[in-house]
Amino acid sequence: MTATAGTASLPMSAAANAERPERAPRPPAPRKGAAPWQDLLFERTTMFFALLVLFMLVGILGALAWTSVPAFQKFGFGFFVTNVWNPVTMDFGAVAPIYGTLVTSAIALVIGVPVSFGIAIFLTEMCPSALKRPLGTAVELLAAIPSIIYGMWGLFVFAPVFGDYIQPLLTRAFGDLWILGPLFRGAPNGIGVLSAGVILSIMVIPFIASVMRDVFEIVPPVLKESAYGIGATTWEVVWNVVLPYTRVGVIGGIMLGLGRALGETMAVTFVIGNAYRISASLFEPGNSIASALANEFNEAADPVHRASLIALGLVLFLLTFVVLACSRMLLAQLAKGEGRTT
Amino acid sequence: MRKHLTQGFLAAATLAVGLSAQAIDITGAGATFPYPIYAKWAEAYKAKTGVGMNYQSIGSGGGIAQIKAKTVDFGASDMPLKPEDLQAAGLMQFPAIIGGVVPIVNVEGIAPGAMKLTGPVLADIYLGKIKSWNDKAITGLNPGLKLPADPITVVRRSDGSGTSFIWTDYLSKVSPEWKTKVGANTAVAWPEGVGGKGNEGVAAYVQRIKGSIGYVEYAYAKRNKMTYTQVQNRDGQFVAPDDDTFQAAAAYADWKGAPGFYQILTDQPGKASWPITGASFILMHAKQDKPQNAAEVLRFFDWALKNGQKMATELDYVPMPDAVIKVVADAWKAQIKDGAGKAVWN
Repeated sequence: MTATAGTASLPMSAAANAERPERAPRPPAPRKGAAPWQDLLFERTTMFFALLVLFMLVGILGALAWTSVPAFQKFGFGFFVTNVWNPVTMDFGAVAPIYGTLVTSAIALVIGVPVSFGIAIFLTEMCPSALKRPLGTAVELLAAIPSIIYGMWGLFVFAPVFGDYIQPLLTRAFGDLWILGPLFRGAPNGIGVLSAGVILSIMVIPFIASVMRDVFEIVPPVLKESAYGIGATTWEVVWNVVLPYTRVGVIGGIMLGLGRALGETMAVTFVIGNAYRISASLFEPGNSIASALANEFNEAADPVHRASLIALGLVLFLLTFVVLACSRMLLAQLAKGEGRTT
Repeated sequence: MRKHLTQGFLAAATLAVGLSAQAIDITGAGATFPYPIYAKWAEAYKAKTGVGMNYQSIGSGGGIAQIKAKTVDFGASDMPLKPEDLQAAGLMQFPAIIGGVVPIVNVEGIAPGAMKLTGPVLADIYLGKIKSWNDKAITGLNPGLKLPADPITVVRRSDGSGTSFIWTDYLSKVSPEWKTKVGANTAVAWPEGVGGKGNEGVAAYVQRIKGSIGYVEYAYAKRNKMTYTQVQNRDGQFVAPDDDTFQAAAAYADWKGAPGFYQILTDQPGKASWPITGASFILMHAKQDKPQNAAEVLRFFDWALKNGQKMATELDYVPMPDAVIKVVADAWKAQIKDGAGKAVWN
């Protein structure tokens, strides 16, 4: 961008341009009578706020690590691999909540990403313009619903319908299959890991769909028109032109949704059943990290119990970091595949 | 203009300080079970004397933690602290209200109070040993009832609660296997079942899931017209939960002889006793840094215990019997002292 700005303003031969080295533009000379201290103050203040965010992040991480030390002292690395949660004998192991968090978020993405993708494509490519505004607003309004309302709706409206109609259907359809079968067997009472995952997917759809729609809309029309011009179908344009162009935004949107799904508390705690258990079936109750914290933190007076809960919080924090790192790596791989970086 | 503003501000400030110096508001935190009655008592007391009582229902464990940290004037807990724990923390406790925990079921065709269960059967259900409603153990107790072959979904609390303490304590008393495997506490490692948050959560789950069983405070079951069951007490009688059976159980408590009023009212003797009764306790420091606040707290509870009985029964609690109120007042006199060693209550 620098080179184009420089060459656009001055008419010079190409050879002279090639010789001129790349240099960052110098800031303009100060105005006569301008007070330099205000500029300095502005720069320092904005730097302060930026650094404050960094310090808060490091501070939270440090506080979590510090207060969870008693748990690691007592259980060591076994805390992450044992499945026990006994407040009577003060024996804690984090496998069940971690597993529950990962599974519910995975279900939320498996259902949410394709649906959001469909919504975004429909809104940008195929929607009649009269419907575009109301549909777009409706999707965004879903994001505005408080999560506890989702939880209450989930328990009082969704769970009975899910348990009476959808779960028996899933058992009949998949229950006897070889690999998928064990996932869909169990008492159909409407609550459990699958119900929590479905409600989470409804919660993340507005986030992923609106980000996807925004990035799909800024694809330069010339790219799409060129593809249509040589005879590509809508699907081919979407899959081969729009999606590769917007993949950074799409992956960013998915990570946003995943972040919400990982940390969601109230909606999950109403329908997940709060059982410290890992089962093969998705119909069985389970637990998630946020739900466990919400339920037990208030009453956890014992230092080891409290430290174990905070250790769970630390795990969630680190999980989000890992997810972010993975998304960065994924984007780097894709960019490498395109030859943009090495 | 500025002068008038400053004068006005100073006047308002002194007025505020003066007013606040007159009315001390007392603060408490703890168990959720007695919250409705404490709130009602506080409202009536404020109307009568102008002293406000601010109670936060954060759970028994939270209440114990807060009073130990001296952030509130009194703590409330459904689980009494043992005398040695009281000693170590420098606290004293006394009972304020009594209530019962009842099992609730959602089985087709069963009316409230129709099903009979015993303690060992309840323990086996909660251990996961009895898995369906037409198990021999249940049908044997209920020959007249038609029980389906549906699986039993166990519902219990997901959060730490005094209700859970009373329930698990009862199960520990009637089932040695429960005692060794799980134990009694506000939060335990439940072998079975789904967890609901709060009494409301358990009630909601039981109402929605067919073939489920759970446990809630009696007030909840009565208000939501839930299907409670009869339970066999220590004397072998099947009793239904109501105020009379709770009071019968509470009458057997030896409040006078128990140091620190440490009495757990589950599995009490008596033909009419409800086996899953419990009291809710108030915790205060034995050595008071703020004797005026302590005196206000004791005045509040003195009034509430003597005059708040009708309000308690209206809300489906059982008030403390008069004989116990006197023992409690004696304990206040003997145990709560200010910095100089003088009794706060007299």
